Amino acid sequence: MQNSYSAWSLLKGALTGQRHWTAAWRDATPKASYEVIIVGGGGHGLATAYYLAKNHGITSVAVIERGWIGGGNTGRNTTIVRSNYLYPESARLYDFSLKLYEGLSRELNFNIMLSQRALVLVAHSRHDLDAMARWANAMRMNGIEAELLSRSEVGELAPALDLSPQARLPILGGFTQRRGGTARHDAVAWGYARAASALGVDIIQNCEVVEFIKEGGSVVGVNTNRGSIRAGRVGIAAAGHSSVLAKLAGFRLPVTSYALQAMVSEPIKPVLDTVILSPGTGAYVSQSDKGEIVMGAMLDLFPSYAQRGSFAVKQAIVGATLELFPSFSRLQLMRQWAGIVDVVHDSSPIIGPTPIANLFINCGWGTGGFKAIPVGGWTLAHVLATGNSHSLAEPFQLQRFITGRLIDEAAASGIAH
Amino acid sequence: MMQIRCIHCGPRDENEFHCGGTSHMTRPGLAESDEAWGEYLFFRDNPKGLHFERWRHTFGCGQWFNVARDTVTHEIRAVYAITAPPP
Repeated sequence: MQNSYSAWSLLKGALTGQRHWTAAWRDATPKASYEVIIVGGGGHGLATAYYLAKNHGITSVAVIERGWIGGGNTGRNTTIVRSNYLYPESARLYDFSLKLYEGLSRELNFNIMLSQRALVLVAHSRHDLDAMARWANAMRMNGIEAELLSRSEVGELAPALDLSPQARLPILGGFTQRRGGTARHDAVAWGYARAASALGVDIIQNCEVVEFIKEGGSVVGVNTNRGSIRAGRVGIAAAGHSSVLAKLAGFRLPVTSYALQAMVSEPIKPVLDTVILSPGTGAYVSQSDKGEIVMGAMLDLFPSYAQRGSFAVKQAIVGATLELFPSFSRLQLMRQWAGIVDVVHDSSPIIGPTPIANLFINCGWGTGGFKAIPVGGWTLAHVLATGNSHSLAEPFQLQRFITGRLIDEAAASGIAH
Repeated sequence: MMQIRCIHCGPRDENEFHCGGTSHMTRPGLAESDEAWGEYLFFRDNPKGLHFERWRHTFGCGQWFNVARDTVTHEIRAVYAITAPPP
């Protein structure tokens, strides 16, 4: 039985030198078979396992992870959560996710350090202003709060921005989603892992799928470097490596893998308490609780499975950030990293069945997977448990690339790629 | 930063180029099915390893050419003309 995390347990632990702490979750060894196997121990995979157990009562579940949990894109993002999407289908999906995030610390009994510090998008031109008015209005039509901002209102929210009229990227205004913000990425992974493990889910690390076992065209398990594991159903939540797994299973995806890089400066005193996004340059900037300035922007626009990212793009990201915040110019970069993201042509996810029976997938989140962890897990768990797509996920099926019913958020919501 | 050898201009920095995605795909006929068109337009092998792809020397000669590149190491194995078959 797990300890419940609380101020009371901390106080009680203080009397015994805090020696009451136990491992947050069980590092399991694979059993011969499970009802459901989830390939990929990132946020989406762990959330899927948790909701399978919690919402559907399926506890014979294994999450198998090639490396360590949360070590892929879950540990390689800029921790931003938001739901400022344009189309009704996306708005529903991402706002459901944000709502789950809002209750997640309590739900998981794990502080995910959600900080709804407001997402502020800045406009650099008349065109940007018009586009943002349309965007904010679309959000409100979809029932998601959004506020248009004048230049001085942007300045009140983020005084460190260069608001002078002679700025190279002049700020003419913008809009905000006040419920947007950041959450602690590894707390999300560990929170889901701990809660899933407590419900009986096996989390198996260092376990790489080398083959899908098929009988009569259906997937009935996986061969891994730690032996064969049978399963009733298998779900894939492997982000940038989705195509590699799809190839093992015998189908193709409309996915291209790119490196998306981000970086942090040395920590400084609090200077920025919102998340700034400049769609014109692709730059997004926030300050972590440790004080680091977190920067990200555009993709390295050539296919890549290398978790680094090129110097040319790094220069562009830093350049764009410094045009917005000239006062950051003396900061030193402390760390830089890249995650391999699964980009599809309409920048909308794929959650549902694959062409192979008993095999389901959650992929295609591209550059925006972190904010979608709760809903990605919720909807993949639903289709794994029931065989039917969740109503939120119905528009996001693989079939849309045949029918042409795309949900083209790439162009619509001005996201950076 | 990658250095890419344009077949016309010689080696240049990666930020002079744009990648145009997978090369050597054949456009289906107009009479072909939605499945065939969907496959052609959207579905990709997206290999982890050797990838044959088109690049354009946008901020140079403006010409398209083909590159055989490893998507893990970014090593360029071959550069060849846009109409040439894969090496």
